[in-house]
Amino acid sequence: MAERLDVQKTYKLFIGGAFPRSESGRTTVVSSVEGEFVANVAKASRKDLRDAVRAARSAQSGWAGRTAYNRGQILYRVAEVMEGRRSQFAAELRTCGVEQRAARREVEQAIDLWVWYAGWCDKFQHIVGTVNPVAGPFFNFTVPEPTGVVGVVAPDQPALLGLVSRLAPVLVGGNTAVVIPSETSPLPAISLSEVIATSDVPGGVVNMLTGTRNELLPWMLGHSDVNAVDLTGASDDLDPAVLDEAATNVKRVVRGSVGDESPQSITDFCEMKTVWHPIGR
Amino acid sequence: MTDNKHPEPVEPSHGFGLDYAPAPESTSIVSIDDDYGLFIGGEFVEPIDGGYFPTISPSTEQHLANVASASAADVDRAVSAARRAHTDVWGSMPGKERAKYMFRIARQLQERAREFAVLETLDGGKPIKESRDIDIPLAAAHFFYYAGWADKLDYAYPGRRHDSRGVVGQIIPWNFPMMMASWKLAPALAAGNTVVLKPAETTPLTALLLGELMQDVGLPPGVVNIVTGAGETGAALVEHRDVDKLAFTGSTAVGKQIQRTALARNVPVTLELGGKAAHIVFEDAAIDQAVEGVINGIYFNQGHVCCAGSRLLVQESIADSFVDRLKRRLSTVRVGDPLDKNTDVGAINSSQQLAKISELVEVGVREGAELFQPDCSLPDRGFFYRPTILSNVEQTHRVAREEVFGPVLSVLTFRTPEEAVAKANNTPYGLSAGIWTEKGSKILWMADRLDAGVIWANTFNQFDPTSPFGGYKESGFGREGGLHGLAPYLSLSPMKGRS
Repeated sequence: MAERLDVQKTYKLFIGGAFPRSESGRTTVVSSVEGEFVANVAKASRKDLRDAVRAARSAQSGWAGRTAYNRGQILYRVAEVMEGRRSQFAAELRTCGVEQRAARREVEQAIDLWVWYAGWCDKFQHIVGTVNPVAGPFFNFTVPEPTGVVGVVAPDQPALLGLVSRLAPVLVGGNTAVVIPSETSPLPAISLSEVIATSDVPGGVVNMLTGTRNELLPWMLGHSDVNAVDLTGASDDLDPAVLDEAATNVKRVVRGSVGDESPQSITDFCEMKTVWHPIGR
Repeated sequence: MTDNKHPEPVEPSHGFGLDYAPAPESTSIVSIDDDYGLFIGGEFVEPIDGGYFPTISPSTEQHLANVASASAADVDRAVSAARRAHTDVWGSMPGKERAKYMFRIARQLQERAREFAVLETLDGGKPIKESRDIDIPLAAAHFFYYAGWADKLDYAYPGRRHDSRGVVGQIIPWNFPMMMASWKLAPALAAGNTVVLKPAETTPLTALLLGELMQDVGLPPGVVNIVTGAGETGAALVEHRDVDKLAFTGSTAVGKQIQRTALARNVPVTLELGGKAAHIVFEDAAIDQAVEGVINGIYFNQGHVCCAGSRLLVQESIADSFVDRLKRRLSTVRVGDPLDKNTDVGAINSSQQLAKISELVEVGVREGAELFQPDCSLPDRGFFYRPTILSNVEQTHRVAREEVFGPVLSVLTFRTPEEAVAKANNTPYGLSAGIWTEKGSKILWMADRLDAGVIWANTFNQFDPTSPFGGYKESGFGREGGLHGLAPYLSLSPMKGRS
């Protein structure tokens, strides 16, 4: 009996819940550390980024409007679905040069992080919301609300854990995301998109744009419908002219770190809303 | 259109008793020096290049004093003094001791409240009623509130390690000089930072008096430094390489420049910028209270308020009668000498601001808005502007899109709550919003959907040290006040591995 031929996967973008190729028709080759061809990964363009922002904007109020309980269940579902595909993620990380045990550990940490953040969905409001004892006859409270559409620049390494550690807190707060994942190891990001697409996360809540970070970054920073950007995965010495773009609509610019998980990572992408009402008869 | 639920008020007849005898507040409590140096390292020092600029009273155009203009070299001196004070004293001082200094500041501010209020009104033009009852009491309350945080930071952000950031550069505007100084200084000092503060060019005097007060309370030299000057002084502070954190309150245009500098230097920044608040009145509102709220919302402090309710969105069914009521109420607002205790609307802060307001109102009329101004007399000298209502304003008009920062209300209408939300959010700003309705569920429904950091429901323009204040979108980021106001002044990091 002849040896069975592998069915190879086409790694595409993830925009609005669908998996399109780049409108530019461009791809980049991903090779294994041994130099063998692995895949042609879509190379997103400015137009793809704008499509992704539009999808994220359309999905934002719906995602924020779900109950916190429901968001928590959906993000927990992401962990569940990932759990069943652990070997696939580990294999992709190994393709990128991560050693076997480290790859397995990274996948497990990433799954556990989804579980950790899923549980925050209906709790971080307790920690960061307040009832304020104003000196007058008013009821006054402060609650966190999502900032809106967040651009996430995930670090190159660790490709999967870094991505999850920056993406999950954005989603917990009710934001939608346009993500530029690891440039050097993009495969786990596409597989994570497949997990997200099958975990009841509404289309457009997460959009994944593989490609060249420095090509996409100026368009992301300059886009007036992006409310915040996470530059954790961008280099520290970005061109000031590119960074300037963020000020055109007073974007919230966050430089986080992988491994610093806290409610603060959630509130970095939240706005605090304070409501006053008189007390009287 | 008339509606039966809200009977028309009785027309005030001639000589209804709205004329008040003059009730001027005495200025004898204030003594103003001829010249003011820069407050650096606990002392008033002359500027290195010897430059001074005049500050005048906008209500009389009288010269009040000459104030030092800080150059980049002066700013450098101030930052160095702040750095030394942080390294040697303030950064390592136990929170309990920091707290006691801050309580002293709060107390002395209360003790000298009238003096500060009169000076604030003299230099800035706001009614003494407001500086006396709002600005200065709130400034003192802000120091008192944050004083108590200085030794309780361990409880503020559980599970996080907190460190002071170091030297903080702060730039404040001219509309609430002392209140803004306290909003900036108090949380920064409580968190263990030292400060270089730049007050606005047209309102430097109360900040300098605060410098004297800092000497009186024995605050260690260099913990608070005050550099007066114009935009170049602010730019020198923002660009200084030894400043660890920046905070700015002012226009969105300048805020964007500051954000660019901060991004390039990778320095944390908080911005409290402009606004174009929607003030939404539903047909089921308590109409008389709503009229008062809308009037207060836009004419408080001559409308020099970033969170002013400058866009009235009134439900179409009551629009005509509501605007009539506003006009009638506006006709009883007293405009004039800010030192008069009966004055409701004082002087415009500067001739430049007056010109800007006049220009925007002219544009509004040209674009089709209908102008209403009460027939009140204005003082012969000083910068004054009649409180103004522009009705028939459309969303595309400049007066509906740009911040006027003056006593000018634009009136728009809506039919459904959905339309009110859409119109209210149709602006790059997102600082505040107001809602008037007697239906509780509608308040919460609206509050949830309005893109604004502060929502006043059945009230407006309320402020409190415990209540976070700050904007969405291009109104800036970061909060001032409350627990949330501390975070920008602390560097928060992981404590240990999480369990």
